[in-house]
Amino acid sequence: MTEQIVTPSPTQNAAAAQPKQEEDVLAKLDDFAELPDAAPKRKLRLSWVGKLASLVVAFWMVLVVIGPWLAPHHEMDMDGDDSFMVAHSNEYGTFHLGTDYLGRDTLSRVMYGARNTIGIALLSTFLAYLLGITLGILAAVKGGWIDMGISRVNDAILALPAIMLGLIAIAAFGSSIPILIATAGIIYATSVFRIARALGQDIMVQDFVEAAHARGEGIWYIIKSEVLPNAAMPLATDFGLRLVFVVLFISSLSFLGLGVQPPASDWGSMVRENLAGLSGGIDLEGNTVISYAAIWPALAIASFTIAINLIVDDISARSGGSLAQKMI
Amino acid sequence: MMMRMVLQRMGIGIVTLFVVSVIVFLMTSILPGDVANIVLGQSATPETLAAYRAEHGLDRPAYVRYFSWLGDMATGDLGVSKAGGATISSLIDSRIWNTVMMAGLVALISIPISILLGLWAAMHPGTWLDRGVTFGTLSTISVPEFFIATILVLVFAVQLKWLPSTLNLTGSETWLEWLRKLAMPLLTLVIVVSAQMIRMTRAGILNVMSSPYIEMAILKGVPRRRIILRHALHNAIGPIVNVIALNLAYLVSGVVIVETIFSYPGLAKLMIDGVQTRDLPLVQACAMIFCGTYVLLILIADIASILSNPRLRHPK
Repeated sequence: MTEQIVTPSPTQNAAAAQPKQEEDVLAKLDDFAELPDAAPKRKLRLSWVGKLASLVVAFWMVLVVIGPWLAPHHEMDMDGDDSFMVAHSNEYGTFHLGTDYLGRDTLSRVMYGARNTIGIALLSTFLAYLLGITLGILAAVKGGWIDMGISRVNDAILALPAIMLGLIAIAAFGSSIPILIATAGIIYATSVFRIARALGQDIMVQDFVEAAHARGEGIWYIIKSEVLPNAAMPLATDFGLRLVFVVLFISSLSFLGLGVQPPASDWGSMVRENLAGLSGGIDLEGNTVISYAAIWPALAIASFTIAINLIVDDISARSGGSLAQKMI
Repeated sequence: MMMRMVLQRMGIGIVTLFVVSVIVFLMTSILPGDVANIVLGQSATPETLAAYRAEHGLDRPAYVRYFSWLGDMATGDLGVSKAGGATISSLIDSRIWNTVMMAGLVALISIPISILLGLWAAMHPGTWLDRGVTFGTLSTISVPEFFIATILVLVFAVQLKWLPSTLNLTGSETWLEWLRKLAMPLLTLVIVVSAQMIRMTRAGILNVMSSPYIEMAILKGVPRRRIILRHALHNAIGPIVNVIALNLAYLVSGVVIVETIFSYPGLAKLMIDGVQTRDLPLVQACAMIFCGTYVLLILIADIASILSNPRLRHPK
């Protein structure tokens, strides 16, 4: 039984014999990779607006990761010459965007703030997705009482303004970053749940899923290779929208003084802290001027959220449906 | 058929309100832990704790407390504020009309503006005007309310010096002064709410425009203007009424921010103060008022869209 059949590799052989022709045939064979069963290949083409918006988002994402190392000053160092001062430099360095109400460098605080504002929002959105998708798929697959129960509670939470729920939660538990993340995660999980449940139910009855069933594929294969690739695009665009809502939610709470607590730098609280500077800034000669310390973090939030919405709009306009409108 | 659907929606609305009250009660009375412990703090002895619980009925089971709380709410007995000891109903009474008045004015201004602009944009799709409106409204709904308020303060109060940035309402101003003081909060809310409404009106009209009978009208040569005003608008009224009610509901969250920035003595400001001092009875009462209004408006939106659907009005 030690007989060994040694066959030369067929492709190697053929390729050696007739290289050109064979390549053509292989290229044609490649086309058949796009059979209905194959995972759909998505090509993302953005308009110039979308590309510009992606650059803005990428810029802030880089700052989320390395912002604190790039910042010229520490977020809490009060080493400016005065509070609400215009751009100046002293022995500690240069203050390119001036100082805030405690004489801290505005530019550095905006850079540190990216991590707090976007970082907390990202964590909350991930939590919302984890909860929403798990429960949504559970409800879609199990149906019956489980579906009914989860859906009713979900509808009730969804029927309330997010900010109200946030206020109640903070009144009850006090404000801390874990409470913020949990609150935002639970509130926004409700809309993810609805989408995940609807998508799950929708896709489970598609012909190609039935075909996979008939082929004898297991449930994990179906989820991985049939359901997820088809649900990925709607979920990805929804993730963007949800992230925007969470950023707005958390920065609104921070603006009210109920979110991220000072002295941590967060864009929402920075706007609030520095509002007085709009009419109380000072220039190098000591004259009263406008201090833009409240405007820079406000612009940072706006640029981030507008950019994400533009990308989502662009993608849904190109994928044929007004997905953004359906999901808002 | 239609009556049954309307009644069904009302039923769902009542159930939602009920569930909302359970959520509010759970979050403010049960989940934070033992209220007696929180109020009396570290120095509490077991005896004082027990006395406090007995005095406030905290030794009763949760569901009994819930129903007695709900009964008090329903009969207008909202309890006593922790700060100052004033009754909550008197606190709310002095504030609620300010908020109602502001919300009413915002609705009065923003509804006509949004419907006209939405129609206008839908009549000229793809033009620069339409793109401008689309981009402008998308940007507005993407930024927080306080961003718009801050920019307005910067432009109108700081640079142009036309309007005051904080309102010190004395109660004795003439209505013209009053309107000048209120201009900035009103403008902020109008911008925030209108942006949503314009987008949804435009989308609603464009949605109707893609239906077969409109295609028919286009094919027989009816001018576009006439198609929109005579054909599309009639069928879009339902969705538009729906949009209006939904957006008045969004006002609820806008009001919270705007009243705080401009320190307007409304209900939302009262609630924020309550959250800051963790005055739970006050927060409960305000939350129930806001959430109740919200659920009610959503219910109106639901019923309006049923009533405006001819297929439901004239069942076969």
